[in-house]
Amino acid sequence: MDYGTTYLVLAVIFGLFMAWGIGANDVANAMATSVGSKAITIKQAVIIAAIFEFAGAILAGGQVTSTIRKGIVDVSGLGATPEILIYGMLAALLAAGTWLLVASFKGWPVSTTHSIVGSIVGFAIVGMGMDAVYWGKLGKIVMSWVTSPLLAGGISYMLFRSVQVIILDTEKPFENAKRYVPYYVFLVGFMLTLVTIMKGLKHIGLDLSMTDSILIAIGFGVLTTILGKYLVSRVKFDASADRSFHYANVEKIFGSLMVITACAMAFAHGSNDVANAIGPLAAINSIIQTGELSQKSALPMWVLLVGGVGIVLGLAMYGRKVIETVGSKITELTPSRGFCCTISAASTVVLASGMGLPISTTHTMVGAVLGVGMARGISSLNMDVVRGIFMSWVITLPIGGVLAIVFFFILKGFFA
Amino acid sequence: MASKNYLTGLFGTSPVAPIQEHMTLVDECVSKLVDLFEFMSKGDVESVENVYHQIAELEQKADDKKHFLREHLPTGLFMPIERQDLLDALRVQDLLANRARDIAGIVVGRKLKFPEQASTRVIELVKATVETCHQALKVVNELDELVETGFRGRAVHVVEEMLIDLDNLESATDRIQVDLRADLFAVEKELYAVDVMFMYRIIESIAEIADDAERVGRRFQLMLAK
Repeated sequence: MDYGTTYLVLAVIFGLFMAWGIGANDVANAMATSVGSKAITIKQAVIIAAIFEFAGAILAGGQVTSTIRKGIVDVSGLGATPEILIYGMLAALLAAGTWLLVASFKGWPVSTTHSIVGSIVGFAIVGMGMDAVYWGKLGKIVMSWVTSPLLAGGISYMLFRSVQVIILDTEKPFENAKRYVPYYVFLVGFMLTLVTIMKGLKHIGLDLSMTDSILIAIGFGVLTTILGKYLVSRVKFDASADRSFHYANVEKIFGSLMVITACAMAFAHGSNDVANAIGPLAAINSIIQTGELSQKSALPMWVLLVGGVGIVLGLAMYGRKVIETVGSKITELTPSRGFCCTISAASTVVLASGMGLPISTTHTMVGAVLGVGMARGISSLNMDVVRGIFMSWVITLPIGGVLAIVFFFILKGFFA
Repeated sequence: MASKNYLTGLFGTSPVAPIQEHMTLVDECVSKLVDLFEFMSKGDVESVENVYHQIAELEQKADDKKHFLREHLPTGLFMPIERQDLLDALRVQDLLANRARDIAGIVVGRKLKFPEQASTRVIELVKATVETCHQALKVVNELDELVETGFRGRAVHVVEEMLIDLDNLESATDRIQVDLRADLFAVEKELYAVDVMFMYRIIESIAEIADDAERVGRRFQLMLAK
C-alpha cells in the first residue's frame, strides 16, 4: 500500500473532526433536556457528558461501529483494489461532515447517523456497483429510523401515564413521588447494564452467560435505585414553593434524579453516535493493517478512543455553549417530563445500539417528547419540527449519497 | 457551527402564562368598578373620572396581551387544549374588560348618579359581580396545575368544584339584579327618563360581566371534557 500512512492520518483527522462535531452539536440535544429542566447545571452536564459519552462509546459502541464499517456494503467484490474502500470511506466522512455543517447552519433536523449511512451507500453504488449494498440490511436500518422515535414515544407515553396515575393525580403527590420515583431509575440501570454486558463487553474480552448478564443487570438496577433513593431523600419539602404552583416540590423530586437519567442519556448517545465517526476509520484501519479486505478483524481499542476523545474535545470547546442555548430554550420541559423523555429515549437508543442499528438520538428524543405531549403533558409543541424530520428522512440519504460520490471521485483522482 | 437547533424549535410558546396574565389584568380592571360606583354614590365626580382612566388603561394592557397571545398561537401547535377553546376563552375574558370600560364610560360621560334608594344595591351588585370575576380568575390560575397533571385526576376535581362555586356566584348576581331593577322601578317616575334608560343599561352590562365570567369557566369545562 503506497499511501498507507497518509490514508490513516487522513482518516483519523476526518474521524476526529466528525466526532468533534458530534460532541459540539449533537451531545447538546441529549443533555439539554436535563439542563432545560434546571435539574443539573451546565457544568455538571458537561462533566457527565464527557465521562458517560466516553464510557458509552468504549463499552457499548462496538456493535454500531461494526454495522457502519461492514454491515452496509459487501466489500468482498473489491478483491485486489482495496483502495476503493479507503477512498469511499474517506469520502463518506467528508460528505456527512459537509452535509451536517450545512444542515446545522440552517437548523434542519438532519441526523449524523442518517448522513453517514447515506454517504456510504452513495459511494458504494458508484464505486462498487448496486449489488455491493446489502439492501436488506439497509432497509432494516432505515426502518429503525422510523420505529425508534415511535418506540421512544410509546415508552414515554406509558411512563408519563404511569407517573400520572401513581404520583401526580393522587391526594399526596409529594409523598408518592418520594416513594415511587426511585424505582423508575431501576429500569435505566437494568437496561443499560444488560445491553452493555450482552453486546459491548466482548470488545474488552468479557463473555458472560445470559443468566449471569441478567443477574448483574438486576444488581446494577438495584444499585441505581438505592442511589436514587439517596438523592430523593435529600429533597426537603418547601411549603412556600407550593403556594403559587402546587407541584413545585413534586418537580424537585424528579429533578433530583435527573443526574442519573442524564448519565444514561450520555451513555446511550455515546454508544450509538460515536460509531458514525469511527466506523469508517475502523474500516480504513483494518485494510491498512492487514493489506486486504478482512470482514472479521477486531475493532482496535485506539479507534474507539479517537471517537471518545473527539467527542469530549468538541464538548469542551463548543458543546458547552450549545447545551446552554438549547437548555435555556426548552424550559417547558419540567423535570417530571424531562425524566420520562430521557428514560425512554436512553432505553430506546441503547436497545438499538445493542442490535447494531445506527439511529438518530435526537429524532428519538423528539419522539419521546411527543409521547408525553400525547398524554396532554406539554403546554405547546410545534409540529413543524416533526414535518421537518419526515422531510429529512426522505432527503438525507440521496444528498449524503451524491456528496459522497463527488468526494469519492475527487479523492480517487488525487491519489490514483 | 450550529446557529439553530430543532429540539428548541419543538417547544412552542406556552399559552398558559399569557392567558393567566391576561385574566389577572381583566380581573383588576373589573375590580375597579367597585371604586367607581362608590365614588359615584358619594358624588365625587373627579375621583370617578380618575378611576375611569385607570380602567381604560388596564383594558388597553389586556388588549395588548390578547394580541401577543394570538400572535404566538400558530395553527401548527400541538397543545393539550384545543386551540379554539383557548382563543374563545381569551375572547370572552377580553369582553369582560371591554364591558367594564363601557360601563365606566357611560357613568363618566353622562355624569350618572343612581338614586339613593338604589345606590347601595347597585354597589352590592358590582361587588357580587367582581366576586364572580375573582372566581373565574382562580379557575384560569389552575391551568398550570391542569397541564402538570395532564388534565386528569385531582386537579380536575379541584377545578370542577371551583366551577360549581362560580355558578353559584353568578346566580347570586342574578338575584341582586332582580331586586335592583325593582328598586329602580319604584322610583323611576321621579327621575329623568334618559338617565333611567342608561341606568337599566348599566345594570344589564354589569349582569353581562357576571355571565361572561361564568362563560370563561365554562370554556374550561370544555377543555376538561376532552
